[in-house]
Amino acid sequence: MPEILFREALNQAMVEEMERDPDVFLMGEEVAEYNGAYKVSKGMLEKFGPKRVVDTPIVEAGFTGLGIGAAMMGLRPIVEMMTFNFAILVLDQMINHAAKMYYMTNGQYSCPMVLRGAGGAPGWLGAQHSQSLEAQYAHIPGLKVMMPSTPHDAKGMLKAAIRDDDPVVFIESELMYGWKGEVPSEEYVIPIGEGDIKRQGTDLTLISWSRMIHTCLEAADALAEQGYNVEVVDPRTLRPLDEELLFASVRKTNRVVLVEEGWPFASVGSGIINRVQRECFDWLDAPIEHVASLDTPMPYAPNLEKQVLPDVERVVAACKRAMYVD
Amino acid sequence: MSDTLNTTDLTNEQLVEAYRRMLLIRRVEENAGRAYQMQKFSGFCHLYIGQEAVAVATSTAMRDDDYMMTAYREHGQAMSRGVSADSVMAELLGRKTGSTGGRGGSMHIFDKERNFLGGWGIVGGQIPLATGVAWAIKYREEPKVIVVFFGEGSLHQGVFHESLNLASLWDLPIVYLCENNKYAMGTEMSRISAVSDLRKKAVSYDMEAAQIDGQDFFAAYNGIKEAIDRARNESRPTFLDVRTYRFRGHSMSDPATYRTKDELTEEQERDPLGFLYNALVELGAATEEELEGYDKECKKEAKAALKKAEDAPFPDDDSVLDYIYVNP
Ligand SMILES: Cc1ncc(C[n+]2csc(CCOP(=O)(O)OP(=O)(O)O)c2C)c(N)n1
Repeated sequence: MPEILFREALNQAMVEEMERDPDVFLMGEEVAEYNGAYKVSKGMLEKFGPKRVVDTPIVEAGFTGLGIGAAMMGLRPIVEMMTFNFAILVLDQMINHAAKMYYMTNGQYSCPMVLRGAGGAPGWLGAQHSQSLEAQYAHIPGLKVMMPSTPHDAKGMLKAAIRDDDPVVFIESELMYGWKGEVPSEEYVIPIGEGDIKRQGTDLTLISWSRMIHTCLEAADALAEQGYNVEVVDPRTLRPLDEELLFASVRKTNRVVLVEEGWPFASVGSGIINRVQRECFDWLDAPIEHVASLDTPMPYAPNLEKQVLPDVERVVAACKRAMYVD
Repeated sequence: MSDTLNTTDLTNEQLVEAYRRMLLIRRVEENAGRAYQMQKFSGFCHLYIGQEAVAVATSTAMRDDDYMMTAYREHGQAMSRGVSADSVMAELLGRKTGSTGGRGGSMHIFDKERNFLGGWGIVGGQIPLATGVAWAIKYREEPKVIVVFFGEGSLHQGVFHESLNLASLWDLPIVYLCENNKYAMGTEMSRISAVSDLRKKAVSYDMEAAQIDGQDFFAAYNGIKEAIDRARNESRPTFLDVRTYRFRGHSMSDPATYRTKDELTEEQERDPLGFLYNALVELGAATEEELEGYDKECKKEAKAALKKAEDAPFPDDDSVLDYIYVNP
């Protein structure tokens, strides 16, 4: 299998979908002539021309709303956020408009669009550019939320997002754009709402997504050296959640650690923990551990930033607490 | 005399039809107000009384397959597109037979069959959406246009300015129609806008703009038609400051104490219905008896719509989770 970069996998997904459906177009800041702030859309302007790969002024709410209106007409816009920190400006458009379209119109209009771009803390960027804001969207009925953790998943999931008839928020870890992974050359699609076991295990279930999956896998390796066999489960889609996959893993291992890059309070993780404890209470042998970012705006200095983000050490410690082996 | 009165390209029949449409809107809204006071429904209810000529002139200037989008003061605009009194009234009462099956409500009327795109409740929020509809029209190279309505209270939202810039930059077939009824809730225009000539808002986007008397049906039709033609023929956007007035409060809970009785009386002397009534008589397009006859019909239709709505069922209890996702 060829190894390609995360950004290349995303690029392939968009290119393939634009080739198969003339209603798909890409719009955002610097997506065309500059080839994307993170080069995700590299070469797409050349391939599809300025009608379908569209540079915009810096008006996130304006062009996201434009995308929603175009989607209302049956087009399939991919609206790129340079990063999701700037998508805070589009929450009104996404929550009050896109998410309500199908319901409020009694099924007369829908909103087949993708809002995608970079999320998470890339390092050295300080408080306004280092946020994991998936909870803002996962909270909202009417939206779907996807966060891939590998190039393979990124490609298959983005294709599904583009084909879907509902508004999908697709958050890509900014740090991972340059990471490599195997991606099959033949076409595939990963359905929305389908999670994946990233590592099989029996002693404990680590639930996480996006870049934190890799922190979890490293933690699982470290624990394996100490004789513990940890399972790593990646829901991939946060809304709708693959509850069956999560619950089955928990019922097998009886212990859970949830790891996320977002803040701990009112987070996606706390929502998942609530579901697991309700549905798997009789199977749990220990309280669910929750590893999240420290509850603070992101500091700039690397020594402070390191403290804020979940890391392998914190994940290993949480696993040990959940296994009562501290 | 009568030759110079009608400055439009409309026939007498079309003018009479427009008058009937305006009359129906007025009578349905009056009924809605009464039904609200009788507590047949609740929530927010924003009446269109006083502004009828704007919507009807617009719809008269539009083609059937053009699009209209608007905010929450939309009962009249929906009816101007041909959405029935029955369907509007049923929606106000939250009934299954309403235009959005009781899911949308007073502020969220949509009708896909008539390209009526709502019915949105966040001030200014629909403006970029409409810009996207214009984008889609252009993308598909269709000979259509969209007219988007909003109040003058929306003019200072960021998305308004973002949208105007995009539409001009990309030559989109859209008409930005500001229904300037002088007040955003209780706030008079001069207290919120640094300029009183609203056409200036469009200047920095290099967009054509016009100020139009929305109470004079002929002026309203001509001004709006020109903008629609520009969108269709040149794919260029226009900003319109349409001067109008709402005779009722902002919503049913607003006694409108921020304006004087004299001001209201003065504005009511320019009632768009009275204006067109007099013109039709003067033009010989209809007799007073005929016009009174239409009024009786509209009153009957409005009353019947309310009765039908009251008799209609609420949406099924087990439908509460329907239409959240197309692909659940
Ligand atoms: C973003 C937002 N802020 C505040 C409100 C509450 N609100 C509803 S209508 C309104 C006044 C708007 O006035 P205008 O745009 O002139 O329209 P009109 O009601 O006169 O038709 C306000 C403040 C809202 N719906 N949305």
